[in-house]
Parts: sequence; C-alpha cells; structure tokens
Amino acid sequence: MNGPPPRRGAGRWTGWGDPRLRAVAFQALFLAAVLALAGYVLHNTLANLEARGIATGFGFLSETAGFGIIQSLIDYSETSSFGRTFLVGLLNTLLVSALGILLATLLGFLIGVGRLSGNWLIARLADAYIEIFRNIPLLLQVFFWYFAVLRALPRPRESLSLGEAVFLNLRGLYLPRPLFEPGFELVVAALGVAVVAAGLLGVWGRRRRARTGRGLPTGWIGLALLIGLPTIAFLLAGAPLGWERPALAGFNFRGGITLIPELMALLLALSIYTAAFIAEIVRAGILSVAKGQTEAAAALGLRHGQILRLVVIPQALRVIIPPLTSQYLNLLKNSSLATAIGYPDLVNVFAGTTLNQTGQAVEVIAMTMAVYLTISLAISFAMNWYNARIALTER
Amino acid sequence: MMMKPRFMPWAAAILIAALAQTALADGTLATVKERGFLQCGVNTGLPGFSNADEKGSWTGLDVDLCRAVAAAVLGGADKVRFTPLTAKERLTAVQSGEVDLLARNTTWTMTRDTSLGVHFAGINYYDGQGFLVSKDLGVKSARELDGAAVCILAGTTTELNLADYFRTHGMTYEPVVFDTADQTARGFESERCDVLTSDQSQLYAQRLKLAAPDKAVVLPEIISKEPLGPVVRQGDDRWLNIVRWTLFALIEAEELGVTSGNVDAMRESRNPAIRRLLGLEGIKGSGLGLDEGWAYRAIEEVGNYGEIFARNVGEASPLKIERGLNRLWTDGGLHYAPPIR
Repeated sequence: MNGPPPRRGAGRWTGWGDPRLRAVAFQALFLAAVLALAGYVLHNTLANLEARGIATGFGFLSETAGFGIIQSLIDYSETSSFGRTFLVGLLNTLLVSALGILLATLLGFLIGVGRLSGNWLIARLADAYIEIFRNIPLLLQVFFWYFAVLRALPRPRESLSLGEAVFLNLRGLYLPRPLFEPGFELVVAALGVAVVAAGLLGVWGRRRRARTGRGLPTGWIGLALLIGLPTIAFLLAGAPLGWERPALAGFNFRGGITLIPELMALLLALSIYTAAFIAEIVRAGILSVAKGQTEAAAALGLRHGQILRLVVIPQALRVIIPPLTSQYLNLLKNSSLATAIGYPDLVNVFAGTTLNQTGQAVEVIAMTMAVYLTISLAISFAMNWYNARIALTER
Repeated sequence: MMMKPRFMPWAAAILIAALAQTALADGTLATVKERGFLQCGVNTGLPGFSNADEKGSWTGLDVDLCRAVAAAVLGGADKVRFTPLTAKERLTAVQSGEVDLLARNTTWTMTRDTSLGVHFAGINYYDGQGFLVSKDLGVKSARELDGAAVCILAGTTTELNLADYFRTHGMTYEPVVFDTADQTARGFESERCDVLTSDQSQLYAQRLKLAAPDKAVVLPEIISKEPLGPVVRQGDDRWLNIVRWTLFALIEAEELGVTSGNVDAMRESRNPAIRRLLGLEGIKGSGLGLDEGWAYRAIEEVGNYGEIFARNVGEASPLKIERGLNRLWTDGGLHYAPPIR
C-alpha cells in the first residue's frame, strides 16, 4: 500500500481532514443505508402481502403436493409433501448438472487437445465443433435435441433394441437394472481391498522411484488389481447378480432403468454447449505453457505422453481452473432451461408447479434462488480450493 | 481471487423497484375510468375462449366477458386491452394489479379463492377434465389408461385431478409437463405421450389444431369439476360486484330473451324484470357505482350469454360444443342468475 501518508498528529483530533476516518465513516453510513433499505423492502413486502390477503410463511411445505413427477431419485408419490417436491427438484437439478459437468469436461478436454493436434483433419474438426456449438443459443440447442433429434426416434412398439436388453424409443432409453443377490457384499469388499492395495502400491512405487530412480508400471498393476480382485470374488461367490430387463407392457416399457428424453436432451445440449467453451479454455491453458518446457522435457528423454502428463498439463491447469469454474457455474444455472422441455428440475417442479399450486411466490422463489446461490458458491469454493492447491508455490 | 460483493447496492436498488410499490389503492373502478380502458388478462391462445387472429383482434367466450364489463363500465366494448397470460402467470398478474380482470378459463377452487389474494366473481363456463387419445390405441375408456404417458399443462388444477384420478383407480402414469398448451399438443402429436389431458372444452379446441384431427378422440369420462370464472383482486368489493353482476346480467338477459338484436325493442317491454335489467326502473346500477344503462350497453354491444356461447364455442363456431351443463337452469343446465332487483 502506498497511499498518501497519514497526516494525523499524535492523538490529535483532525476531524474530516483524516482520510482514513472519512473512509470508515462513509462505509458505515453506506452499510447502514443498505441495511435500512433491506429492512424496508422486507417490511413492505410483508405488509403488502398481508394487505392483499395472501398467505405467507413456510407452512405450505408440509402440505400434500398431490401432483405427479416423472423422474425422482428419492421416493415420491402424489401423497408426498410440497417440501418433498423441493428435494425431488433439487436432486434432479444436481443430477443433470453433475452429469453435464462430467461430460462437458471430458468432451471439452478432448476437443481442446484435438484442436492443437498436428493432424490437420482432427484440428479442423475440433475447430468446426467449437465454432458451431459455441455460437448457437443454448435454448435452441435444447429444442434441437428434444424436438428434432429425440422426437425422430421410433415409437415404443418399434423400439431400437440392443440384445433385447437395452431399448431406445421416443419415450426414452430403457436399460436393465442390476439386482444384487446375497453374496454380492463379497464383491464390494474385494473392490475395497483392491482400491486400498492399488493406492498403497502407487505410493510405494513413487517412493521407490524417488529413492532408486527406477520406475515401475504401478498404474497397470493397480488397474489389474482393481479389475481382477472383484472379478475373482464375483466368480467365487457364484455370480450373485441378476438383471431386471425392461419389457413392453401396455403402453410403455416397464421395469429396468429409464432415461427420459427430457433428461437426455438437456444433458446433451448442456454438455455439448459447455464443452465448446471448455475446449477453448483448455487450448489457451496448454498454449500458455512455454515451448521451452516441452523441449526441455523431450531433451530429458520423456516420451510424448509423459511430457503431456508430467510437464504440460500441471502447468496448464493453473491457467485452466479459474475460467473452468465459471463454465461449471454457467452449466448449473443453464440447467434451469429444463423448464422449456419439461425436465422436472428445481425451477420446473418447485418454482413452477409447486409455486402455482400454493401461490407462495415470495417464499418459493426465495428458496429457489437460495439453492442456486448455495450450489454455485459450493462449486466456486471447491474450485478455488483446488486452484490454491495446484497454484505455483513461490518460494 | 475473491469476488467482492460490489454489486450489492445495485441489487438492493432493483429489489426496491420490484417490491416497494405501495399497497394499491382500492378504487379499481376509478382507476379504470381514469385510464379509459380495461386491462384484461386472457389466455395466450385457446380457440373459443380467447384467441387473437392475424390482425391481433381477440375473440372468445372469456374475451367477450371482458368486453361486456368494458361496455358496462366505460360505455364501449372496444375499450379493453388484453394481456395474454400463461397458466403460471395468471394469478400473479391479478395480485400485482397488472390486470383489472382475469378472464382466462380459470378454475374456481378454495385455495385460489381464499389464500391467494384474489376473488372469483362467478362462473362463465362449467367445464370438466377429460382425455384425448389417439384412435390407434383402441382405448375406449379412461380406465384402460394404466401406465400411459400423459401430456399436461403446468400450473393447472388438471395436474392435481390427474394424480387423484389415477391414484383412486390404482393406476400408474408418467406425467410429461409443459408450459404452454401448444407444447402439450406438440408432445401429444409427436407421440411423446399417449394421452393429452385438459378441460374438455380445451381438448376439442386442441384437437382442431392437430394435423389430423380425425385420428384423435376425446374419451367420454369427465374426471373433475372445473367451474371456470372471472377473477379480480381481493379487497375491492365494488369492483367484484361490477364483474359479478355484469356476468349475471348476461345470463339474465338470455333467460328473459333479451338479445343484442332486440334490446332496443325490449325497452318498450312491460315485463318488469326486463325493465329492471335495462335500467328503466328499480335499482338501476347505482349500487354498482354505474349509471342505469350498464347492463343495456353490455347486452347491446356483446349480446346475452347464449349469443356469446353460440358465437364462440357453440353451434355457430368451429368447435360445436354442446351447451350441456352450460344451459340455463330453465333448460336443465347450471346457469342461474340471482334476480336483478
């Protein structure tokens, strides 16, 4: 800080001439004004609601909802409460956001790296992908997937099927549901053991390399452990796993797991759109690593994959993470476009149907906004923590 | 990199603008008269009830109620401006004073009437919820719909009735919820769902909009009571009375045989009920704060309830909906206006 030097004499009251005192006073005044304003808004809202005979309070949350929701990750029926619809909507929002973030990241990294590829065709294809999907409004893309692509699928009776177990039609994607039989705990336990063993192996391998300089393909051994141990346990326990296959009954397929087209359309649109932005961020991150780094690593005898994994990406991540956070937050907020195609997310179910059936607009909207704010801050916090961890440590 | 909440004061300022509107004065009548036109909330597009043509002029049963109120209050059926509202927006628009009157096929329920800050002024259409299915399904009754995917409009009583009906009959369904009537129709047409459910009057209208109306059929079952009526803001009794009695006047006019065509001749009638309706004797609208010609103007410019029904949804319209429950009580229907005296 190199502001103007304090002109204050020792203990002498200089009044408004003191810039620091002035600053504090103005800030306090401003804060008081903002608080007063907030209090006024709250008071006025309550008074107006009261005057117009509109019920207030959160009592409605425990009343029976009485409407159906197409997709729910928790037990929900028409007899559940409005509070439950909030949870159902919230989980559906989280589901599509989490899947979207995962897919967008994978796709974005692939495309971003692809754009820098020396292969002319791959680089141009990545180019085209980014320019197309980044520049079309997301709502249109949602409509495109929902109304144009998924609606072109066949009707339930003419479903596309894969081995009579997986079915695809315009009502959704139907997958077999795994049924765990007694003895499956053994497989889970074996997987746990494998995870611990692979972890320990990795740590030991790294220490050994640091001590002796000799590398060990710990990654491959770990992978073999992770796959091998549970497989052996599975066979020993007598294959304790069944499948519930979806079957056409009446109007639709029943049984198994259903991915509704609303979810598929929204997920596709969100991840493909966001991936275009992530690809550009990844490209910028990789280009930010000086060429000398790559050349130096090559001079040390590292292979191409090693250079990317050990030298380029760790440094690129420092540039990538902050803007990547913004993209994650965008994706979460964009998921509220669900309401355009009827995917039962928080905005559609809670700020839509529940708001309408109860009429508690102020409470419902406040809760919905609080949820988005909380999730966004949580993502932001997690990414900032990760960013701080990988940031360049200056010694 | 920490974001400082620098934008806080701006957010607060915006909130103020949104919420600090002081409690609205109670005189809707005075406001409307001063403004010179009635602000009426209607459906975004429902043939027969409120629908705008390519020139932007509105027609429909609900639209005509708005016009009748405008004629009674302002002396001109054309002194109305229409605000198209979705099912989700409609009651908020009344609460906030954005519209003076909501005539948008809205079902009168206890929750809406008692806890949302609005009042229902009467019933201008007795409806009930039904189902529209494709003929290919070979379904003859709603009881055969177990497991069906159902297209439905968000924010309606329909959503609740549907759940009730399937629950009562131990059947399951898959609700596919859309925001506008057009989207639900599109969902039905592209076979995203097997069934389209809505108030029966709307089903007939939506069936007409399908590419192949002959391929769809409305099932016979009616699963709910849907009394549709005009809505006004709570706390202005005079305005509530004006809307309520304008509607009654239209019904009473049909009962007395007064039409837009013969209303002038009827002024010579010696029937005291007609003379009271037309403001020639009796209370003459003073209790409503209107002049004696209020009902006369409404009937003269818009017609009686029977004319309105026939023109918009009945035999003289493409919808050709039967009067059914919407007959006068004298013909075995439910429309019954208290005496104007």
